[in-house]
Amino acid sequence: MDLFVINFLDGLIYGLLLFMLSSGLTLIFSMMGVLNLAHSAFFMLGAYFAYQISLYLGFWVGLLVAPPIVTVLGALVERYGLRQVHQYGHVPELIFTFGLYFVIEELVQYIWGKNFVEYRAPESLDFVAFTLAGGSIQAYKVFMLLCSVAIFLGLYYVLARTRVGMIIQASLSYPKTVESLGHNVPLVFMGVFGVGTGLAGVAGVIAGPTLQTYPGMAFALGSIVFVCVVVGGLGSLFGAFVASLIIGWMKTFAAAYNVGAAEILMYFGFEYPDNVYYHPWRDLWTLTLPQIGPLLPYLLLVLILIFRPYGLFGRRDA
Amino acid sequence: MVSSTSQYSNNILKSLLPWIISTLILIILPFIFTGGGSVTIMNQIGITIVMAMSYNMLLGQGGMLSFGHAVYMGLGGFIAVHIMNFVEDGLWLPLPLLPLVGGLVGLGMATIIGSFSTRKAGVVFAMISLGIGELLAASCIVITAFFGGEEGVSGDRTWAPPTFGIEFITQIEVYYLIAFWVLISIFLMYLFTQTPVGKMANAVRDNPERAEFVGYSMRWVRYVSFCGAGFFAGIAGALFAINFEILTEENLSMGMSFNILLATYIGGIGFFIGPVIGAVGFTLLQTVLGLQTDLWALYTGVIFILTVMYAPSGFTGIVTMHYVPWQLGKIHLLFKPYAKILVPALIFVAGLTSLIELTNHVRHHSQETSITLYWITFESNTIIPWIVLLAMTLGGFYVCRVFAKEVVDAWGEANYVEKG
Repeated sequence: MDLFVINFLDGLIYGLLLFMLSSGLTLIFSMMGVLNLAHSAFFMLGAYFAYQISLYLGFWVGLLVAPPIVTVLGALVERYGLRQVHQYGHVPELIFTFGLYFVIEELVQYIWGKNFVEYRAPESLDFVAFTLAGGSIQAYKVFMLLCSVAIFLGLYYVLARTRVGMIIQASLSYPKTVESLGHNVPLVFMGVFGVGTGLAGVAGVIAGPTLQTYPGMAFALGSIVFVCVVVGGLGSLFGAFVASLIIGWMKTFAAAYNVGAAEILMYFGFEYPDNVYYHPWRDLWTLTLPQIGPLLPYLLLVLILIFRPYGLFGRRDA
Repeated sequence: MVSSTSQYSNNILKSLLPWIISTLILIILPFIFTGGGSVTIMNQIGITIVMAMSYNMLLGQGGMLSFGHAVYMGLGGFIAVHIMNFVEDGLWLPLPLLPLVGGLVGLGMATIIGSFSTRKAGVVFAMISLGIGELLAASCIVITAFFGGEEGVSGDRTWAPPTFGIEFITQIEVYYLIAFWVLISIFLMYLFTQTPVGKMANAVRDNPERAEFVGYSMRWVRYVSFCGAGFFAGIAGALFAINFEILTEENLSMGMSFNILLATYIGGIGFFIGPVIGAVGFTLLQTVLGLQTDLWALYTGVIFILTVMYAPSGFTGIVTMHYVPWQLGKIHLLFKPYAKILVPALIFVAGLTSLIELTNHVRHHSQETSITLYWITFESNTIIPWIVLLAMTLGGFYVCRVFAKEVVDAWGEANYVEKG
């Protein structure tokens, strides 16, 4: 039971982290119809910028300064890159963001090298917040949890309760009408793209110390974020939220419980082979849940796309 | 009657001419490039050509953006390596027929996956391909019996029974095998574009709704293209297996799929011949530039982004753009501005890349101070090279900006059709 609670919390933190990425991605998609493949690259940039700043000014300054830099960078990319490609259609836009991902990854390797960098959580948060019968939860994880919840609530408040949020929501469905009412829709697009990538940047700043900061971190998280967005339903913020949590828990629970295929097979009356390492079905017999854990999100993605192509909560048939 | 027959045979000759020429080129290429690694590079180019052409069946002709095309190549390749190993145990299969088996594996896989992934084009198709790609890349490490885990599966092509006395021991023998299959594949893919399904694939790409109203099922058209692409990707995989005699998880990885997208797009997706040029260019970048600098991927990525932004029809598109001025007889107007902008452009590129390389050198190899860039060796810890390179970059950029106006003017003039 205690193991369950610990994993539940870990999964929740990971899921909320995923949501920070997938919320920005969903906003950008539902507004511009572009699935930003470079989203996880901005996540990585957030972590690296914060690392660079924290070398001189400490973690807290990095947390405050790095996300705005990523936001500005994202807005510039929308203004001078995406808008240029927009005229060619959606597929070239997708290819453009993919190229961007590729170049950012190479640039990060060029600037910071191929190895891990020492980006650490601040010492003021380096203590055990509470223990649960043997397992301990670090204060930094509590901080991550609080940050994610705060951002989630803030995003909800802005979108649902403010005038800016109303204009954004209106531009999602009726860009032409909003434009003729005198609002600058391209500016809204640029802003949303900037804020969306900025959210990814925040996630990078917060997650950098725990998930480690290295050039492969964009690749490691990138595809998972697309899984969240697509499983939740393209364009549905609530769907992205649910899917992020599901995948967060899926990942942590699969890693925590060492259920082997052998136990299940023996339960159904199959006999354990004598020399399992030369058995034709050796991979099936030695399979364990932590092993197939990384596969599960993609399996879920493919299954969802086969049986419910518009995702769990998606309405628009994208 | 006689004249019409001769005209008919004339037409056949005309349509066969490109194929005869390309056959001759493929035959004599090894006699031209006799350098040490050139056959190896040509083999690699041949495999990439088949792969990029097959990818273009999806992206260029069918409008389907795939992030998991390496799956079909990888599976075809893995089965081919396993068959090479079975041949040792008495399975009779001459090596030149192995690509056919690989192709059938790719086709089989594409028939299964295409049955649900081609329902939608666009983002949904891209995401399914990404999911399947990641799924297979991840299961590669888990299913060690088939994929061989981290060290992959290796075979030996010389175990196969000799074909007409050829045992495919040397690289040059493999080159002609690959060249043969490259020709066959390109020819078949060309025939495919001439079939009604091939033509409808273009229609579905450009206007799916209208194609549906005319009475074609866009899903079925996409499905057929998808299966064809899978078949040729499988052939490429088996050729890879024959050439390298080893397949690892890398062959199924997302990086492989990404590379193919890069190569195809830089070459030009709108043209039948575009992927060939892309494959040649990309492989040369990868091998020749990769030997010179470890930043080749950065340069390739920048070229890719510039292509997407400013030349969406790729390198081939830039070349074919000049067809109109050539037909108008005004191409000579472009020579002078082009020659004028070429010099500052080269200076700019040389300066910028040297600056990047110099920075990289100082940061990561600081123990040695001498560095060779563009055949010039100098000391990297003095200030003069930096000033010179910076001046080259900025000056080249400025002069380019000035001359660019002339190029634009000349372009407008060369494309101007007099009314009359």
